Amino acid sequence: MWRFIAGRLLQAIPVILAVITVTFFLVRVAPGGPFDSEKAVIPEVKAALEAQYRLDLPLGQQYLAYLADLAKGELGPSFKYPGRSVNELIAAGLPATAELGAYALLVAVVLGGLAGVIASLKPNSAQDYIPMSVAMIGICMPTFLLGPLLVLLFGIHLEWLPVAGWGDMPGDKILPSLTLGAAYAAYIARLSRAGMLEVMSQDYIRTARAKGLPEWQVVTRHALRGGLIPVVAFLGPAFAGLLAGSFVVETIFQIPGLGRFYVQAAFNRDYTMILGTTVFLSTLIVLFNLLSDVLAAWLNPRLRAQFGEA
Amino acid sequence: MGNGSEPQGLDPHVVTGVPESKIIDTLFEGLTRKNPWTLEPEPGAAASWEFSEDLRVITFYMQPEGRWSNGDPVTAHDFVWSWRRALDPAMGNLYAYMLYPVENAEAYATGKLSDPEQVGVRALDDMTLQVTLNAPTPYFLQLMDHYSSYAVHRATIERFGKSTDRFTQWTRVGNIVTNGPFQLKEWQLNRRIAVERNPHYWDADVLRLNGVVFYPTENIVSEERMFRVHQLHYTGDVPLNKIPAYRKLPNTPFVEAPFLGTYFYLLNTERPPLDDVRVRRALSLAVDREAVTRNVLYGSNNPAYSITPPGTLGYQPPQLFSYDPAEARRMLAEAGYPEGAGWPGLELIYNTSESHRKIAVALQQMWKDVLNIEVTLSNQEWKVYLDSVSEMNFQIARRGWIGDYVDPNNFLDMYISGGGNNNTGFSDPVYDDLILQQAPRAATEEERFALFYEAETRLMEQMPIIPIYTYASKHLVHPSVRGLPPNLMDFINVKYIYLDDVPLTEIELE
Repeated sequence: MWRFIAGRLLQAIPVILAVITVTFFLVRVAPGGPFDSEKAVIPEVKAALEAQYRLDLPLGQQYLAYLADLAKGELGPSFKYPGRSVNELIAAGLPATAELGAYALLVAVVLGGLAGVIASLKPNSAQDYIPMSVAMIGICMPTFLLGPLLVLLFGIHLEWLPVAGWGDMPGDKILPSLTLGAAYAAYIARLSRAGMLEVMSQDYIRTARAKGLPEWQVVTRHALRGGLIPVVAFLGPAFAGLLAGSFVVETIFQIPGLGRFYVQAAFNRDYTMILGTTVFLSTLIVLFNLLSDVLAAWLNPRLRAQFGEA
Repeated sequence: MGNGSEPQGLDPHVVTGVPESKIIDTLFEGLTRKNPWTLEPEPGAAASWEFSEDLRVITFYMQPEGRWSNGDPVTAHDFVWSWRRALDPAMGNLYAYMLYPVENAEAYATGKLSDPEQVGVRALDDMTLQVTLNAPTPYFLQLMDHYSSYAVHRATIERFGKSTDRFTQWTRVGNIVTNGPFQLKEWQLNRRIAVERNPHYWDADVLRLNGVVFYPTENIVSEERMFRVHQLHYTGDVPLNKIPAYRKLPNTPFVEAPFLGTYFYLLNTERPPLDDVRVRRALSLAVDREAVTRNVLYGSNNPAYSITPPGTLGYQPPQLFSYDPAEARRMLAEAGYPEGAGWPGLELIYNTSESHRKIAVALQQMWKDVLNIEVTLSNQEWKVYLDSVSEMNFQIARRGWIGDYVDPNNFLDMYISGGGNNNTGFSDPVYDDLILQQAPRAATEEERFALFYEAETRLMEQMPIIPIYTYASKHLVHPSVRGLPPNLMDFINVKYIYLDDVPLTEIELE
C-alpha cells in the first residue's frame, strides 16, 4: 500500500512540472500583456513596470527564476493586485472556496446518494424514473441558470434566504452550496444507482436474502458498501472539480473565493497569479485523485488483496 | 455601496480604476475637492490658492489644521515628495501624465531629466506650496482632486519599503496613514472594504456619515438583487434590461445622468476601403443613433454626433450631420460602390461583451439595410482586443473614452498626429496646431472653445471615428440617501452624504 502511494506521488512530480512549464510559456504567448490598458501606456512607464516584475529578462532566465522561487514555496507578487503576493491571494480565497466545496459535496453525496439508492431498489418503476429524471435535469442544468432561479425563488420571492454574501448573514451559505452541489448530486445519483444495481444482482445478496434478512438490512449492511465504491472513486476528482470550478457560483453569490481570482487572472494576464493558481489546483487534483483511489482500494477487498500481494 | 470590482490596491500612485478611486477619495484628499453639484473646486488639503498674473504659477496655502490620520500635520513638503514619487519613472505610475502640465514633470517622468528638484513643485515653507506650469492650464485645479495628485505619507511608505515599491504592505489596515475624511477600518479581499471617520480630519465637523462599506459587486445582476433586498444603499451600475421596470416605480430609486464619456467606433484610415473619406462618411450617416439608444440601450443614453460629450463646461461640440440614408448611399456610390456593388467587405472588432455585441449587430443591420454592404463582426477577448487596437490591426474597432477631467481638451488631444490613443491614422497639421499651439494660448475661455470647435469640425469632416452615443451614469440609490447628486463626472463627495430616516419599502418590479 505504501509503495503504491509513494509511487503515485513520484509520478505526480513530472506531471506538475509539465503543467508549470506549459502554463509558463503559454501565458506569455497570448496576445496582450499584463500592463496594457485601454488608455495608451507611456513606453517609459511600461518599461519601469516590466523591470519591477523581471519581465525585462530573457524568457529562459524568467523561467529559472520562477522555478527557484517556487522551490522556496513563493509564488511571486501579483501583477494585478500590487502589494499582494499570489500566496496571500490564494490563502485569502481558499477558505471560502474549500468551505463551499465541502458543503456542495455534502449536498451532492446526501441528495445524490439517497436518490440513487432509492431508485436502484425498484428499477424501472416510478420510484426509479422520477429521481433519475430529476438527476438528468440536474446534469443538464447549468449553474448559471440554477443559481439565479434559486435566488429568485428563495431570496426574492419567498424572502427566506439572503441573495448574496458568504458568512455575512445567517443562511447565506445555503443557496450557493445547493447550486454548486446540484450537478454533482445528479452524477452521484446515477453512479450510486448503477453501482447498487450491479451489487444487488450478486450472489452474496441472494445469500443474505435467503438467510431471511429484512430488505433494509440487506441494503444497509451488505449492498451499500459495494454499491458506493464508484461514488467514492468519484469523490476525489469531484472535490477538486468543485474547488477549481466554483467560479460561476462565486460570481453569482459574490463569494470571496479562489475561483474568481483564478478566472480573472487569465483575463488580466496576471502571469504569476495564473501560474500560482494553476500549480496549486493541479497539485490538489493529483492529491485528491490519489486519496480517492486509496479510499476505494480500502473499501474494496479485492483491490486490497492485490496491494497485499504486491 | 456596491463598488464594481475588487480594488487593485489603495496606493494612489499605483492604481488606475474607478472602484479604486471611489475608496481612495474617501481616504485621501488632494489640494482641492469638487463640489458634487457644481463640480467647482472647493478647499481640500489646501485652504486657498492664488494664480500669478500670467496664470503659470499657482500658490496653494495649506489647511492650518490639516492632519494625517496619525495626527501628523499635512504640509507642503508632503505634496512635493508625493508628486515626485508619482512622477518617478521607477514607480511605473500609469497616471503620471495627469501631472504633465507641471513644469519639467514630463521630462522627469520619462527619464529625460534625472533631477526631481527641477520639477515645478516647491514648498516655500511648511504651509505654502508653489506650482509652476508649462503654460496656463485652465483645467489644472480639476486635476488636484484626481488621485494621481494626492499626497501620501512618506514615513509610512518608507517604513515598509522603497518609495517606488509596488509590492509593499503600507496600504494594509493598521499600516496605512491617510489625510482624507475617512480612514481604513477593514479590508477583506473580495468581500468588503470599510472606512470610518478620521478623527484628525480638519473638517471633521461637517461629516455626517460614520463610515462607508464598499462591496466588490462585479456581477451587476447580483448587485441589483442585493439592492432589492436592502443589502445596499447604492449600486455602481444597473442592468440594462431592468431599467424599464425601475422607471415605472413611484419614487424610483433609479438615477441616471449624462456622463463624461463617448462610445464610438474607430476607423482605420490607413486601410482600404476606409482610406476613402466618402466611405467613412457613408458608414457614419447610415447609422440611426436614435434607434440604437432607444431600442438597444432602453433610452438611457443620448445619441452622439461628435467625440466631445455636449455640455463639457458649457462647450457644445459641432453637429455636422444626422441620420441621412439617401446622402449615405450617394457618398458610397461616389466612392465607387453604388448600392454596395463591388464592396470588398469589412470587419468590425469589439471586446467580448453582450452589450457591445448588441450594438454591433444593430449597426451591421443598418449598414446592410441602408447601404447594402456586408460587415462581419468579430469579438475578441479584452487583452487581445487592446493589442489589436494599439497595433491598428483592425478595420473598425469599438472604443469608449471617459474623460479624466471636464475639458474638451481631454477628448480632442487624442487625435493629434501620432497620439498614443489616436489609433486611427488620422493626421492633420492644422488640427495639431489648433490643439497644441493655439488653444492653450487663447486669452479667454470663449476664444479657446472657438478653437476647439474649429478643430473638432475638422476632425468630424474627416470622420476617423463614428460616434454612437454619450455615456450615462446609472445607479440605484436608496430613498434615504441625501447629498449624492448625479453629475457629469459621476463624482461622489462623501463629505456631503447623509442618511435620512426613510422606512424601508418593498421594491416590486413588474
